[in-house]
Amino acid sequence: MSKEDEKGMSLIVKTITRLTVGLILLYGLYIVFHGHGSPGGGFTGGVIIALSFIHLMLAYGKEVAFRKLSEAAASFFVSLGAILFLAIALLGFTGGYFFLNFIPKGEPFRLFSAGIIPLCDIAIGLIVGAGLFAIFVALVSLKLEPERKE
Amino acid sequence: MIDLYVLLIFMIIGAIIAIEVKDLLSSVVAVGAVGLGLVVALLILKAPDVAITQLVVEILCLIILIRATLKKDLPFSTSGRWVLNSVITIGFIAVFLLAAWKCLRELPEFGYPTMKVASTYLKEGFSETGATNLVGSVILDYRAYDTLGEATILFAAVIGVLAIVRRIGRIKRGEIVEEDDE
Amino acid sequence: MIVYLLCLVLFCLGLYCILRKRNIIKIIVGVMIAEYAVNLFFILTGYRMRGRSPIFSPDVDITNMVDPLPQALVLTAIVIGLATTALLVAIAMRIYEKYGTFDITKIRELRG
Repeated sequence: MSKEDEKGMSLIVKTITRLTVGLILLYGLYIVFHGHGSPGGGFTGGVIIALSFIHLMLAYGKEVAFRKLSEAAASFFVSLGAILFLAIALLGFTGGYFFLNFIPKGEPFRLFSAGIIPLCDIAIGLIVGAGLFAIFVALVSLKLEPERKE
Repeated sequence: MIDLYVLLIFMIIGAIIAIEVKDLLSSVVAVGAVGLGLVVALLILKAPDVAITQLVVEILCLIILIRATLKKDLPFSTSGRWVLNSVITIGFIAVFLLAAWKCLRELPEFGYPTMKVASTYLKEGFSETGATNLVGSVILDYRAYDTLGEATILFAAVIGVLAIVRRIGRIKRGEIVEEDDE
Repeated sequence: MIVYLLCLVLFCLGLYCILRKRNIIKIIVGVMIAEYAVNLFFILTGYRMRGRSPIFSPDVDITNMVDPLPQALVLTAIVIGLATTALLVAIAMRIYEKYGTFDITKIRELRG
C-alpha cells in the first residue's frame, strides 16, 4: 500500500498509525459512553474522537481520512448532534419542564443509568468531534501563500 | 501545597519564555509546556475531568497553531510598539492588580470554600440524577441550559471557520458579474 | 492567598502579551495564556483542603469532596476556548494571505 499513498509521512509513522488509531477511537467512545460514571463526558470524548481522525489525516494524507469520514458527513454529524441535543431537551416537556430527566434512573454504577445523561453525552460528543474535525479540515485545506498579484 | 507553587512558578517561567522568544515555533512549543503544567496542576487540585479535557485540547491546539506557524520564513517582529502603548499597558496592568488585590481580600481563604450551592449538589445529586460523576450531573442535569449555550457557541464557531476559510463563491478577476443593486 | 497572586501574575503576563506584541501569532499565544490563568483560578476557588475528587465510589463512603460547580463551568469553557482559538487562527491566516505579513502595524488598509 506504499505505492498508492505517497503523500503522507514516512513508513514508520504509517505503521504506528495503523496500529494505534483504532485504539484511540475506542478510548474516545469509552469516554463518551461512560461519562456519567467515571471522569470524562461528551466534550472530552468528542475531542479524542476528532484527534483520532486528525491522526489518520496527518499520517496518510487527506484522501484516506476522507474515505473514513468525508467533509459532508462531518457537517451532517454536527447538525445531527445539535438537533439530537435540542430534541432531548424538548422531550422533557412530556413530564413538565425543559431538560427534565424523564427516563428512569436505573441502577447506579452501570452503563444504562442516570436517565438522559448518557444520551446528552452522545449528542455533545457528535457535535464536538465532527465540529473540530471540520475545523481542522478547513484550516488544512487553506493554502498559505500571500496573493500579491497587482 | 509546595508542589502547586512549584508548578505555578514553572508555568510563569514558561509563559515568559513564550512571550519573549523570537522564534514563533519556539513560542508555540513553550505555550504547550505551560498547558501541560496546567494539566498536572489540575490533577493536584482533584479535578480529573478538567485535566483530561485540558490535555487533549492542548494537543489539538498545538497541532492547529503549528500548522499556522510552521511552513514559512516569517519576519521576527517581536519588538514592542510605540511609547504610548507601553504606558497604557503598564497602567492597565497596575489598575487590574489593584482591583484584584481589593477583591482577593474578600474571597474565602484558599482551601476552605463556602460551597453554599454545591453542598446541595453533594448531598442530593446522587439520588436525584443517578449519575456517580457529580461533574457530569452538574453539566447535563442541573445546569443543562449552560451546556446548551456552549454547544450553540461551538456550532457558531464551526460555521464561522467554514465561512472564513471557504473559497467557493469568490468572484474571479475579470469576470463579468451580474448583481442586483439594492 | 499566594496561589491566587501567582495565578494573577500569569494572567497579567497574558494581558501584557496581548497589548504589547505586534505579531498576530504572539497575540493568540497571549490569549491562550490568559485563558489558562482564568481556568486555573476557577478551579483554585473550588479546592477544599484534603478533599477528594467529586466522583462516587461503590464501596467507599466519601465525605469531603471538592466543589464540582467550578469544574463543570471550566470543562465547557476549555472546549469553547479551543473553538475560538481555531477561529482566531483562521482569521490570522486570511490576513496573512491578503497582506503577506503577520505584523499588525503594517496592516493599514484593513477594510474587509
